[in-house]
Amino acid sequence: MSSTAVSVSSARSTASIAAPKRRRRRRDWAGWIFVGPFMAVFTLVLIAPLIYAIYLSLFRETLVGGTSFVGFENYVKAFADPKFWEALGRVTGFLFVQVPIMLGIALFAALALDSARLRWVPLFRLSIFLPYAVPGVVAVMIWGYMYGSQFGLVADLNDFFGITLPDPLSNSWIMASIGNIVTWEFVGYNMLVFYAGLKAIPHELYEAAEIDGAGTFRTIFSIKLPGIRGAMIIATLFSIIGSFQLFNEPQMLRSLVPNQISSYFTPNIYAFNLSFSGSMFNYAAAIAILSGILTMIVAFIAQNPEGIFRRKNRNAPQLEETA
Amino acid sequence: MSTETIVTGRRRSPSRLASAQVAPVDRKRKRGGSRHRPASVPVTLLMVAMLLYCLLPLFWLVVNASKSKDQLYNSFALWFSGDFALFDNIVQVFTYNDGIFLRWFGNTIFYVIVGGGGAALLATLAGYGLAKYRFPGRRAVFAIILGAIAIPGSALAVPQFLLFSSMKLTNTPAAVIIPSMVSAFGLYLIWVYAAEAVPDEILEAARIDGASEVRIFFSIAFRQLMPAVITVLMFSLVATWNNYFLPLIMLSDPLLYPLPVGLNQWASQATSIGGAAIPNLVITGALLTVIPIAGAFLYLQRYWQSGLTAGSVK
Repeated sequence: MSSTAVSVSSARSTASIAAPKRRRRRRDWAGWIFVGPFMAVFTLVLIAPLIYAIYLSLFRETLVGGTSFVGFENYVKAFADPKFWEALGRVTGFLFVQVPIMLGIALFAALALDSARLRWVPLFRLSIFLPYAVPGVVAVMIWGYMYGSQFGLVADLNDFFGITLPDPLSNSWIMASIGNIVTWEFVGYNMLVFYAGLKAIPHELYEAAEIDGAGTFRTIFSIKLPGIRGAMIIATLFSIIGSFQLFNEPQMLRSLVPNQISSYFTPNIYAFNLSFSGSMFNYAAAIAILSGILTMIVAFIAQNPEGIFRRKNRNAPQLEETA
Repeated sequence: MSTETIVTGRRRSPSRLASAQVAPVDRKRKRGGSRHRPASVPVTLLMVAMLLYCLLPLFWLVVNASKSKDQLYNSFALWFSGDFALFDNIVQVFTYNDGIFLRWFGNTIFYVIVGGGGAALLATLAGYGLAKYRFPGRRAVFAIILGAIAIPGSALAVPQFLLFSSMKLTNTPAAVIIPSMVSAFGLYLIWVYAAEAVPDEILEAARIDGASEVRIFFSIAFRQLMPAVITVLMFSLVATWNNYFLPLIMLSDPLLYPLPVGLNQWASQATSIGGAAIPNLVITGALLTVIPIAGAFLYLQRYWQSGLTAGSVK
């Protein structure tokens, strides 16, 4: 489509003999009228702070000596900091447990909505997406109250059924409880990303598969999943970044159970406390950049998932040919 | 199969994309396909379970916002109990501490309109510009935006604060609004959408008629971008309404707080020294925080869902 548009416009510009050069040059810069405002704010909000963070991380501030350039000392310090590694280990564990569960549920829901084997689709779609509109603070409050002994949904259930459920806010269950809150908040969002991807698959592929005798599962694995590979990568990427940035949920639960959640529970909480409680801005910047770089590495690896998807993707063009 | 497709064709709401297809007969056949099967019991049961999971906490919120402080501690958590104290609680929420909740409410609306609205506008302009113009530095813009999306916000929060602090912007509304005005996701969505929905031929025709680039955008392109713009607006409104981390860092004056930060202050009041526990106000305040954004969300969904679905066509 774009190639025809280009040929049309070039044909027109050669046809109009009157000063084609000047008009062309003006139009060349015209894009900046539209992109300029975004880039100005973007520079102020993201690029400048990033450069400033890198700059900060190379210095050390002491009460006596003032600010001095220390090169990579803060990074070396971070690499030897057990608190940093503990925080990083925690979010990595969270990433490997919570993200697959959440995305798995979201994928199931999206496939169900798209399957034509479900009634009241708009009701399900909206209800499951609704938690995304709930402020994170409110979500943590609700679940925090329900977990806690104060208003005790858990306690009520224990009484009601005569059982002993594990305490969701105890040391061994706190991560699962946080994972549940995060899943509740974002499962609908991811479902919608997958669902939008499924809706974009051409229906001819399903017809062709049906003619070839493919069943429900065959269609899912050979057409639907390869068809939303892009959406799955995007959802995975955002979830990885979200896991490494984990902050709101544990930070707010801290006021309920300060003993279970340390000041270095996640890298983000650690950096936050270093700078806002400890005034160690330089070291906090180094921690933040380091965890940022690690996030990018993990996100980059996740963008090239070898195996499953690539192998399945090979089937899609074949089906298209038979159609 | 043809009778089936006629039935299903009526049941499914016409989508923007489908209506753009060529022949009506062809369209019906395409919509049909493998549609209209009997409902699957296991799938329905699993989805009902999921629906309950998603709605249960909200049900809890409504139930408990209607309880008095005493009843909160002494009644079954998932059902109404005692006097219906919802309106009493609402009055208390709005009068507690010189009516600061109303102030937070106003702040939030202000931040949402300027910050969230600004984000949608900037993303729309930039997405359109990237999709429809070839200009010097375009590749650099690509690379910078893509790179910045990959950088987690956590790496930027502290330097953002320090930079804004050196510009004397911290503890002002600008510190919350300016960062809210960047939506890389919105830019991406408009970009993908504009590439498909705004034909170059129309722009070229308008140029020959002598319209300026800005006028072309506002009188022609903007209308065609509407479904995507509403989608982006919806996401940026939700993001700004729900923002907690940014105002937490940037603001120290409670009179400037948006609702989430204010609510969390109320919630943690009980644990601080000398603070009175006000759980019924926290819960009712939480409900009042959810209602406007959930309402906007439900109202706008018929518009924005088509934008999201169409935006995914690449």
